[in-house]
Amino acid sequence: MNNETNYDAIVIGGGHNGLVNAAYLAKSGLKTLVLEQRSLVGGAAITEELIPGYKFTTFSYALSLLRPDIVQDLDLASHGLTVLPMTNTFQPGFDGEYLLLGPDKDANFHEISRYSVQDAEAYRDLNHLINRVCHALKPLVDEIPPNSASQNPADLAEMAALNQYIEKLPEDIRAMIDKFANCSAAEILDEYLESDLLKAQIVSSGIIGTKAGPRSKESGLVWLFHRLGEYDGVQGDWGFHKGGNGGFTQVLARAFESFGGTIQTEAGVETVLYENSQTTGVRLKDQTQINAPIVVSALDPRRTFMQLVDPADLPGDLVQAIQDYKFQGTASKVNFALSDIPNFPGLDGRADIFTGFTNVGPSFDYLEDAFADCLAGRYSRRPFLDCCVQSTVDPDMSPPGKHIMSCFVMYTPYKLAESDWDAERENLGDTVQNTLEEFFPGFSKLVEHREVVTPLDIERFVGLSEGNIFAGELFTPQMFLNRPAPGWNQYRTPISGYYQCGSGTHPGGGVMGGPGKLAARQILKDHHAAMKTSD
Amino acid sequence: MPKTTPFHNCLAPYNETGIWKHWSGYLVAPRYQYSTIAEYYAIRNSVAILDTSPLFKYRISGPDALRFLQSVMVRDIGQCKIGDAQYTCWCNSDGFVLQDGVILRISDDNFRLTAGEPSLHYFRATASTLDLSNLEIEDLTNDYGILAVQGPHAYSTISQLTDATDSLSYFELAQTEIEGSPVLLSRTGYTGDLGYELWIKAEDADRIWQCLISAGHDYNVIPIGLEALKMARVEAGLLLLDVDFQSARFAWVDEQRETPIELGWRWMLRKLAHDPRDFIGRDAIEKQMTEGSNRWTTVGLSIDWNDYERVHLEAGIMPPKYELYCESTHNIYRRGSHEWDYAGYATSFLFSPILKKPIAIAKLPNELAKPGTEVDLEIPIIKKNRNVLARVQRMPFFNPTRKTDQPARKAAL
Repeated sequence: MNNETNYDAIVIGGGHNGLVNAAYLAKSGLKTLVLEQRSLVGGAAITEELIPGYKFTTFSYALSLLRPDIVQDLDLASHGLTVLPMTNTFQPGFDGEYLLLGPDKDANFHEISRYSVQDAEAYRDLNHLINRVCHALKPLVDEIPPNSASQNPADLAEMAALNQYIEKLPEDIRAMIDKFANCSAAEILDEYLESDLLKAQIVSSGIIGTKAGPRSKESGLVWLFHRLGEYDGVQGDWGFHKGGNGGFTQVLARAFESFGGTIQTEAGVETVLYENSQTTGVRLKDQTQINAPIVVSALDPRRTFMQLVDPADLPGDLVQAIQDYKFQGTASKVNFALSDIPNFPGLDGRADIFTGFTNVGPSFDYLEDAFADCLAGRYSRRPFLDCCVQSTVDPDMSPPGKHIMSCFVMYTPYKLAESDWDAERENLGDTVQNTLEEFFPGFSKLVEHREVVTPLDIERFVGLSEGNIFAGELFTPQMFLNRPAPGWNQYRTPISGYYQCGSGTHPGGGVMGGPGKLAARQILKDHHAAMKTSD
Repeated sequence: MPKTTPFHNCLAPYNETGIWKHWSGYLVAPRYQYSTIAEYYAIRNSVAILDTSPLFKYRISGPDALRFLQSVMVRDIGQCKIGDAQYTCWCNSDGFVLQDGVILRISDDNFRLTAGEPSLHYFRATASTLDLSNLEIEDLTNDYGILAVQGPHAYSTISQLTDATDSLSYFELAQTEIEGSPVLLSRTGYTGDLGYELWIKAEDADRIWQCLISAGHDYNVIPIGLEALKMARVEAGLLLLDVDFQSARFAWVDEQRETPIELGWRWMLRKLAHDPRDFIGRDAIEKQMTEGSNRWTTVGLSIDWNDYERVHLEAGIMPPKYELYCESTHNIYRRGSHEWDYAGYATSFLFSPILKKPIAIAKLPNELAKPGTEVDLEIPIIKKNRNVLARVQRMPFFNPTRKTDQPARKAAL
């Protein structure tokens, strides 16, 4: 079967990076097709109305890392982009203790002072230093990284320029980057702060989605990564997209279509087609063949290199690197439809405490215990939870007066030592509910519906290998020059015309769009060069 | 001691910041929460209540009321149907704007008017000059409070309290009751979003307030302050007295005064050729239109996002965006062979949270007022002034369809 239509470019996977990539290609005039295996686009950024009136952010649930230039380049505001600010962060502790941080730095000073006056001040210093680090790294996040494996003079020059850029950074910023790359988040935090509750609140960014505890050396970089985002220029701040992150990917889909792009859903791709290392198109699972000289995989590196093409056609060192690339998903979601807002004793009836992240994980020890379960091959008996009640900000997420709560759950290893996820799914739901009951007494009575999404479900429904939400761990050996593999970090593949644009490429995971944007830049550069040669 | 509005006792407990400021001598909150942006998004995402009671409120009634308003106002209130509202302005005899305001036409000869500055004496004196005596002009400022209920869920909130919203189109009004108290309801506002304004008798303020807060609870209703309102009004392209223009009444020189044409209100004069009225300032305005002698045109400016980023990143800082709203004058220059070639100025500057770019309201000479024209806008960056690229854009900057669409009553789930 041969499809009548030919395209300039086909993007495999309608997640946010696939859509961003496709929108850039379509905007620059390429006739572009997005193929999505599911019935809706969005990938891991979708919103589903599982029961009438309740909108579940099944997987991802907040925005910050989204590169702001994408919003401008693709004119997302005119397609309905609406990012609602998450103004508060709530950290429940034990015995009625809590930390409620908000948008006012002086109010935060006094709130932290309840635990440590010294921390209240040091917190500002630490934040300012991290903000400067993120600012210094911004050009690296928003550019195609150099190729460290090449001896080509142009590539060598780019590597030299990179080293020079780093060397020219102020001493304290370079030292801090070193720490983030090599130390645990706990080590760094212990240098600055003393309050357990405050440190536990901050460290959540260092462990989230990652097989690492607060004291694991990988947590430093994961923390830094999650600070790279912004809300209207305020670094590290987060927002909810109106209607959930599915609302955001619908905006992307509209933008793509406004540039003349085509979306085809329920169109799983069986294989990328190529002859003599030259891409010719794709074959769908229903055996339809669609031709295009450019094919972009928005899937993760394992699927991009081991499934969509024959690894036998690839260089051995690349195949080895992809085989070694770590997925090891450890995160789940448990989402609740609630009849009312959860209650925290002492702050009874306060809906405003839920207008941002609510982190359940009051100390390093609590989090390390949760991680110890993970290392033993079982899910945490007392999990770390990152909860959001978006309906407190966006009334259209739930029926009037009701609420929807998204809980990101750690640690839930993809491979369970003594059971499997189909057997444990509801047990995990009970464990999460019991933990919430501990911190928010009466919670269970509010539950009207519960959705449990295990790492296995993430893999099954979204296609992310082993359920890793970042399309591969955010570990130093898998970032920047090495994402997904040394020499293959510039969105190209060994097959001419076949590209990669998923979160497994630089700058990485999260609803960032950076990989999609930078891959498009590379594709268009190559495309224009090819057009010139053929002229 | 400043005066308080009829809603002050209801609102005071919501003010987490403890900060109040004065508006026409009344206490009002710049914001209630620590976050202005959260209040702004109540307007764009849920529902916000704003106390605009400090506005001066007048009733103009009697057999000569229509003629009076037709003689004073730039737009013809005779074209405004009974039960409709009209946004208008009034000028001095030189065609310079004194004020803008909204007139509600309640019946043939009964009108209400809101204004930013006291106008009772001016209206009465003008009526006398015009030899119109068969009318009454009353100051209702302290008899009524006004609440603006604005946002996508403004209808969901008010429709629980009265059916009058069901058939109320944009700029229509209805006299209705909430819990037995009379309320004058209009589908108007200063936010550019779906919204209503309610005239509430001062003695009913507490009760109606409670009704609105209860009805809005499930839609996350919050009271909002002036800062959030001002952000929204820039996106809506609505000018603010004493920010984007000043009243000709207390100006010293004509350089401070502006005509409706200069304020970008040419649309108010669209039907002038078929309008026989002799309203105050007409001759001067008509002359200016014919000759094209207006000194300025008020336009929207869309600041180039990439250039705005560039000038800040070059200085080594993050571009300021969050809750960025300023009312100071920014100079505008022609982009040409030499720098700093003065062209005009911007009066309101906002990083628009919904459009995700900086925008401004500006005055430019006619030859630069065409949409798409590129100019340089001067902004201060670390104690030095830099120019950023900006383009003339038609206002409103943000104009959601829900502002004028008929909202649908939600089926019960």
